[in-house]
Amino acid sequence: MAMEEKLRRTMMFVPGNNPAMVKDAGIFGADSIMFDLEDAVSLSEKDAARYLVYEALQTVDYGRSELVVRINGLDTPFYRNDIKAMVKAGIDVIRLPKVETADMIRDLEGLVAEAEIEFGREIGTTHLMAAIESARGVVNANEIARSSERMIGIALSAEDYTTDMKTHRYPDGQELLYARNVILHAARAAGIAAFDTVFTDLNDEAGFKRETKLIHQLGFDGKSLINPRQIDMVNQVYQPLKKEIVTAQNVIAAIENAKQKGSGVISMNGQMVDRPVVLRAERVMRLAKANNLVDEEGNYIEK
Amino acid sequence: MEIKKTAIAGTLESSDVQIMLTQGTDGIVFDLVSDVVKQFDEAIKKTINQVLSEYDVQNVIVKVVDKGALDMVIKARTVAVVQRALDIVDEPKWEVL
Repeated sequence: MAMEEKLRRTMMFVPGNNPAMVKDAGIFGADSIMFDLEDAVSLSEKDAARYLVYEALQTVDYGRSELVVRINGLDTPFYRNDIKAMVKAGIDVIRLPKVETADMIRDLEGLVAEAEIEFGREIGTTHLMAAIESARGVVNANEIARSSERMIGIALSAEDYTTDMKTHRYPDGQELLYARNVILHAARAAGIAAFDTVFTDLNDEAGFKRETKLIHQLGFDGKSLINPRQIDMVNQVYQPLKKEIVTAQNVIAAIENAKQKGSGVISMNGQMVDRPVVLRAERVMRLAKANNLVDEEGNYIEK
Repeated sequence: MEIKKTAIAGTLESSDVQIMLTQGTDGIVFDLVSDVVKQFDEAIKKTINQVLSEYDVQNVIVKVVDKGALDMVIKARTVAVVQRALDIVDEPKWEVL
């Protein structure tokens, strides 16, 4: 959907009513920062959190992080005012929790468009993403992923999902295998990002690493995180190997070479370089740059 | 506008500010306690006064306990407490933001 694909390895949850965490959220280098107005905020403080996040978005420099807000659900009295405040604030992405149907996203899209007009924001600039937290949501994942031009991603939220499935989370993640694959395919088919669920046991570093390796292998863009400590661990897993970087550089050089010669066919070491190889090479280079493994010109930095 | 009920917003955690508004009769009266040095008192009052004037609140007692809040936090908490005190939480005045 978006022309230039963004890296979305890490989406860090920040409790929306905590001034210390809201003001410092930009210093950890998360690809996306997700301010939470939903579960992290008590019912009596929903309004206060909304204004705190609003003011922070006006004043704090969050660097290059994509800014996301998790609003309260469609069935709550906070939903509409959350949308208005966040659209007015110019948030990049609104994340809707407990999405079960494409109609829920279309409802949100309508209200977002109204708010954009009301507050003089450019129409279409507020993007959306859906959190899938139930069997019904997983079953409808394809439609949800394609429900709006504004959609940038879908995320699995495993705590509610496993409860809905009459199970709970296990260390090996077998209970999430189907949902993960469905969500990933729905996202890829729609050309949007796929985010894995949070890992809540902060003391189980090995478990976190195992889960991150699994979702990286499956093809997820990244993971939702609850603690800044987890950012570096995810980035490590997504970091390309030197071998992969060198291959990617060769592919990109071969493209340049072919362009200069005016040749449509690109070959490298006698083998044809086709589109998937090029796309993969570009992604490897984006990851290499994000992990500071290459310099400005793309040369590998020996450590 | 008249204060309809006593309201409070914010917490006593670090980087936050707790503000309480009660109906007054004699203009805007401050009762301010701050963790940070006195020189910030005027800045805190200025931010709160600005928000109060946007809601046209003229008679109010403002009790402030500052825990080293940034200006944006003070503004956010003032907006929240004023809307609670005026009983307009569900129909906020968007132009103040």
